[in-house]
Amino acid sequence: MLEIENLHVEVGGREVLHGISLTVPDGQTHVLLGPNGSGKTTLLRTIMGFASSKVTSGKIIFNGVDVTHKPVHERAKLGMGIMFQRPPTISGLKLGKFITATNKIDEARIPQIIEKLHMTKFLDRDVNAGFSGGEIKRSEILQLTVQNPSFVMLDEPESGVDVENMALLGNAAASLLEKEIHMKSRTKSGLIITHTGYILDYLEADLGYVLIDGSLQCSGNPREILKSVKTSGYKDCIACRK
Amino acid sequence: MPEMNGFSGISPEDKERLALTGINTDSMEGRAGSFLLVNDHILHAGSQTEGVEVLMIEKALEKYEWLKDYCWKIVPADKDQYTKYVADHPQRGYVIIAHKGAKTTFPLQSCMFMQGDTIQTVHNIVIAEEGAEVHLIAGCASSLKTKEGAHYGINEIYVGKNAKVTSTMIHTWGEEIEVFPRTATVVEEGGTFLSNYVCMRPTKMVQMYPTAYLKGEGAVARFSSVIVAGTGSHIDAGSRAILQAPNTSAELITRAITNGGTIISRGAIVAEVPQTKGHIECRGLILKDGVMHAIPEIDGRVVDIELSHEAAVGKIARDEIEYLMARGLSEEEATATIIRGFLDVRIEGLPDVLQKQIENAIDSADHGF
Repeated sequence: MLEIENLHVEVGGREVLHGISLTVPDGQTHVLLGPNGSGKTTLLRTIMGFASSKVTSGKIIFNGVDVTHKPVHERAKLGMGIMFQRPPTISGLKLGKFITATNKIDEARIPQIIEKLHMTKFLDRDVNAGFSGGEIKRSEILQLTVQNPSFVMLDEPESGVDVENMALLGNAAASLLEKEIHMKSRTKSGLIITHTGYILDYLEADLGYVLIDGSLQCSGNPREILKSVKTSGYKDCIACRK
Repeated sequence: MPEMNGFSGISPEDKERLALTGINTDSMEGRAGSFLLVNDHILHAGSQTEGVEVLMIEKALEKYEWLKDYCWKIVPADKDQYTKYVADHPQRGYVIIAHKGAKTTFPLQSCMFMQGDTIQTVHNIVIAEEGAEVHLIAGCASSLKTKEGAHYGINEIYVGKNAKVTSTMIHTWGEEIEVFPRTATVVEEGGTFLSNYVCMRPTKMVQMYPTAYLKGEGAVARFSSVIVAGTGSHIDAGSRAILQAPNTSAELITRAITNGGTIISRGAIVAEVPQTKGHIECRGLILKDGVMHAIPEIDGRVVDIELSHEAAVGKIARDEIEYLMARGLSEEEATATIIRGFLDVRIEGLPDVLQKQIENAIDSADHGF
């Protein structure tokens, strides 16, 4: 589904990603780990095509199409979707109206999804205006669910979320990634940034990466990587590079 | 339902322009009363609501001796060259009197329409007596054929004890029209005055600074303005509230976008007595070359008052555009959506029909961004 080849990316004139290469096959979910400031969010933003992340060399191939220099909305139309960690407030745009305008799923399903995510009372509110941490994440997953992307990027879905909201989010993310159907029939893929790994309590990931200082350090079983990071932090990863 | 007089001579294209200002030209449905002025000719004045009179000013002054105490009282005739000009010409305009306790469900519409190159003068007086409630749509437009002209409009509004007046003025002038409204309002004890101004079409010049005097305890005034100025437009629009009694409050809210024109957004609240509150909020966007000059003033003269202002001029944030694009909207759609939201000033206490009118005006201008 997604192939990234030797990607170099600058943000504000400084190279942040130094030759990233990775492949996320159809139906697989990969997890991105790494210390703060290592470039994880930049990588997701680059894949989505945000202007602040400038690709200086390398390629992003999405379902066989070179999207490296395509505008954001074309990537969205091709099937990419992202859950923002800190989305902006859109004053004057009601969440309900936004959901209707961007919906790509069977309309009959929407009320149930809204209810499940406890978002009914937010439909008349401006998108993200005064939302708490958990409300923002629920709003994001709701938007993503109706957008129905084939490639789902989640930027720290756990941050600022309490236990109860985590369950709602985790289950919604699992559903978005078709985790309820057999892996052989799954077509949707995902790339998830996580610090705590809580999201893995709700969905299985196929591969994990460690990103250090803008370079992919290693890849492997996501739970094993997480376990090692939880035990000794990233210092072993940093040492390993040296 | 009575028919409106006077619209038969107006072309379908111009009727469309009038519709943009919120004016029903075909029937009186959904309107409590109407007043139509075309150039200097009053073609229609009438009310369908009991207890509410819509009269031509000339006739009203003959009918009610006491009305002279409301005429040129809060807008002095010698205020400036424009008021003098209007005072020196035969008085044309309407007097709306909502007698004690009368309430209009539907808005009263007044329409000032200019055909041909001329100076149109108007003098209007609105009186809402104790406990009365009136909603006004003032639609001001010029014919597509009008190449140049000017509109000088005097408005004196009296909001009685526990009365409520909402006034929604929508301007659809032409690119060569100069407009100088001169408006003042007095609000008595417990009265509410809501004033909404929408100007989204190119106009050569608008210059106005309506003032509300909150004279009675607990009086409230709220001014909301939505302004879009394209190249060649010079909009100098403000609003002012003078808090003269305890527990009075005022709020002045402006959303302004320049697309190449000049906007001077003024706002002033003067607190003359204790236990008063006021807030000014002005947000502006510069989309391309243009000038956006916000001048908020707060003037407190005693202890125990709360006055504040916030003004911001900026551009559409890139992260907001990209956020919407990530959900599949094109850059143009995302930009229009953000602008539409920016201009969406929800006005508390405004009847749905008027809110809808404001939204229609915004929607109809959407394609221009």
